[in-house]
This record gives sequence, structure tokens and C-alpha cells, in this order.
Amino acid sequence: MIHLRNAIVELYRKAATSLPADVVSALQNVHRKEKKGSNAALALSVMLENISGAVKTVRPLCQDTGVPVFFVRVPVGLSHLQIRSTVIKATQIATREIPLRPNAVDILTEKNSGDNTGIGFPVIYIDETKGRNLVIDLMLKGSGSENIGQLYKLPLEELHAERDLEGVRKCVLDTVYKAQGKGCPPYIIGVGIGATKDQVTRLSKEQLLRRLDDVNRYPVLSRLEKRIIDDVNSLGIGTIGLGGRTTSLGVKIGINHRHPASYFVDISVSCWADRRARMIWDMKSSKYKIQN
Amino acid sequence: MTRKDVLDLHVGDVVLIQGLLVTGRDKLHTYLFNERPPKERIPFNLEGTILYHCGPIIEKTPQGYRCIAGGPTTSMRVEMYESRIIEEYGIRGAMGKGGMGRRTLHALKEFGCVYLHTIGGAAVYLADRVKRVSGVWKLEEFGMTEAMWILEVNDFPAIVTMDAFGKSLHDKIERKSRTVLKELLEPHRVG
Repeated sequence: MIHLRNAIVELYRKAATSLPADVVSALQNVHRKEKKGSNAALALSVMLENISGAVKTVRPLCQDTGVPVFFVRVPVGLSHLQIRSTVIKATQIATREIPLRPNAVDILTEKNSGDNTGIGFPVIYIDETKGRNLVIDLMLKGSGSENIGQLYKLPLEELHAERDLEGVRKCVLDTVYKAQGKGCPPYIIGVGIGATKDQVTRLSKEQLLRRLDDVNRYPVLSRLEKRIIDDVNSLGIGTIGLGGRTTSLGVKIGINHRHPASYFVDISVSCWADRRARMIWDMKSSKYKIQN
Repeated sequence: MTRKDVLDLHVGDVVLIQGLLVTGRDKLHTYLFNERPPKERIPFNLEGTILYHCGPIIEKTPQGYRCIAGGPTTSMRVEMYESRIIEEYGIRGAMGKGGMGRRTLHALKEFGCVYLHTIGGAAVYLADRVKRVSGVWKLEEFGMTEAMWILEVNDFPAIVTMDAFGKSLHDKIERKSRTVLKELLEPHRVG
């Protein structure tokens, strides 16, 4: 488990100090499209320089190292409890060594624990898999963008949003409009639709693990994702919220079945600094690779 | 900064800051607002300074403190406190990201102050513009994130997005996006 613990520290380092290649190339594309000398172009050139500076000096590219959210797929037979305690130990080490900003604050005493661990902190979702590999996805969820997320219960008259995909589209637009530039656009937007509040909030966050260039398995949702990107971009909020052609790098929609009486839509938003990384651990050889 | 410096700044101006920044976020704002400590109890003179909404990562080294990462946090969270802090402590600049609301905009005009927008997420780039961490207040009590750090900066970039003449770029963008949103929410839109 010490080997695994050290690998998780490395996973933290990868996630905190670099951005996934698909996100970097999307930002470069946005930079090319913005008007030279505009606020957006100025901000994007600083952002791109920031990304390479973080990689070069192995420092967290954003000072808000966020809430660490783990999505773990565990092969049959491996103890979930052990995985959990290994993640917690790795979190304490990573916080000290990288260093990460300690963000876990006790609700009752207002004390920061100092090592990014506490009650329900970090967030760890564990599922069992039939696969042979242990797969750990880590998302460092910055709170500027977490704070602009919204949960909707359709129908919603003020948005003329009914219980259909057209209603879902309106929810996303409402979220982005209300957010303006507060959550560091261009945004990556995860949407979860389903039966219960807790289920859709997790589902929307899981969408943020998808690569920007992946295609939704449901053609109707794939079309909707593209349409929402265009609509969001037409709002003109732009990079860092100071105007521009691009407000969203991607929209990813996930669905569950719903109850006849319920239609919940949750929107999770990631800032442009979309820090995620994946570790694939071979159970037989204990060899692993980390990528983002 | 003096009132005159502030009046030279207008929405849209890009500035490179040289000199001192004082950090302060949620805890510092509620403290200054609720406890109202007299100026002489604060170890730095806040008059004329820029209050930077930032919870940096600071490392303690044998040579002193070093800023590892220091980008802005969302300013709107301190909207209900900022106007009185501008008035009572005489700060001439509030800096962060995402813009601020009506109450702060009014205070900027009344007391002579500007809101500076820097680049969210660009923490390494901005930390590299901090030449020296020259002091800290309330570190023990508030912790690293929420303490008041005094940062000496060089060529620290920001854009004036709210000025002392009642203008706000955020209002303008919000209004424009609201018009587009209304069209996009129309019940039977074709397309």
C-alpha cells in the first residue's frame, strides 16, 4: 500500500501542476480566435504562459488546489476501506510536499485542518469494476467554479423550462448567465439529469472527467452538447468574463432514468484550469501509469 | 495610490502594478467589518493600498516567506463588506476576479477607489511577479489562506473593470448577455 500511496501523491502532483492536453489545445484554439489586444487575448496569453510555467517549475497552476474529488474503480477483492485510508494518507503527504493549499475547514470550529483531510474531505467515490486494473481519477475541483454550479427541478416557469432536453438547455444558459465571469471562464460544463438530487450532482461532476473531444454515445445528446456550446458562447461573457467569443470549451451531458414525478438537472462547472488526472494500476505487476 | 491616481484610471485601462499589495479574503473582510479594529492596531498602513482578494500558497524558507502561487479569488463574496472597508481604511484599490456589485461601485465613486481585475487561475505567473513577501498579519489566527500578506510586486498585470466614475465593465457585459439570454429562452425559438 505504500507503493500505491506514493503513486497517489504523484497523481496529485500531475493533476495540480499541469493541465490535460485536450484542455491546453482548446485554450490555444480560443487564443487564436480572439481579437488581438482584447482583454480575452491578453488573459489567454497569460493563462498559457502560466500553464507552461507551472509545468516547468512543478508548482500548482492555481493557488486554489480545490476540493480533491476521487472517482475510484476497484477490481473485485480489493478492500475499499484500505483504498480510502491510502488516499487520505497520500493527501496529507501531497499537501505538504507539492505543496497544495490546505482547504479543509471544520464547520463547527472554523479551523483549517492544514492537510486537506477532514470529515468527508477529500471526496472519494468508489465503485467495483469487473476490470483487472485499479483506476483512480482525481479532479482538483476549484471552488470559484464549484460555487457557480446549480441544481434545477423542472418544470421551471421563470425559464419557460419544461421537462425535456429543451428545458435542460435553458438551465445551462441560466447557470452561465448567473455565473458571468465569477468562476474563471472559459468553462467546461457537466450536466446530470435524473431522478434524485444526490444522484444528479454526482453525475454532473462525473461528466467533467470526459475528454473535450469525446463524443456522447447518444446522438441526440451529442447534438445538444454542441448546440449549448454555441448558445453559451453567444452570451459574450468571454474569457475571465471580460467579453470575448468563447465562454465554454465544452458541454458534457449524462443521463439516468427519472421518476415520473421528478426531473432533476444538475450543472457542475469547471474553470478553464480543469485539473484532472488518471492513474491506471495493474493489479498483477503493481506497475502503473499516470496521465491527464 | 492617491485619489488623484485613482481619478486617472478608467474602465478598460490595462495596468502593471509596482509596489505593495495587501491580501485579504473572506475572514479578513468579516474581521475588519465586524470587529472594526482601529488603524493603529493593524501593523501596516492600509491607506492608499490595494486590497488583493487572494489566498496564496506561501512557503516558509530559511530566507523568509516565498509566494508559490497567488492568483485572485472571487471578489463577489466580500461584496457586503467592501464598501465600508474602503470608507474606513482608505484603500484605493480592490483587486480580484469576477467583479463586484452596486454597493462597491457606489463606494468607489464616493471615496475614490478602483476595482482591478486580474487573471483567475494564473497563480504561477502572478506569483512570479511577487518580488518579496514583506510581512504578514493574523497568520496564527486565520491560517495561511486567510491571513493578510504584504506582497511587493513588480509588473503585476490587471485591468480596470470598475472605476471611480460609476462605470463597470461587468455591468455592461451582464446587460448584453441578458439580452441574448432572453432571446435564447424564448418558448418557441426556431433553430
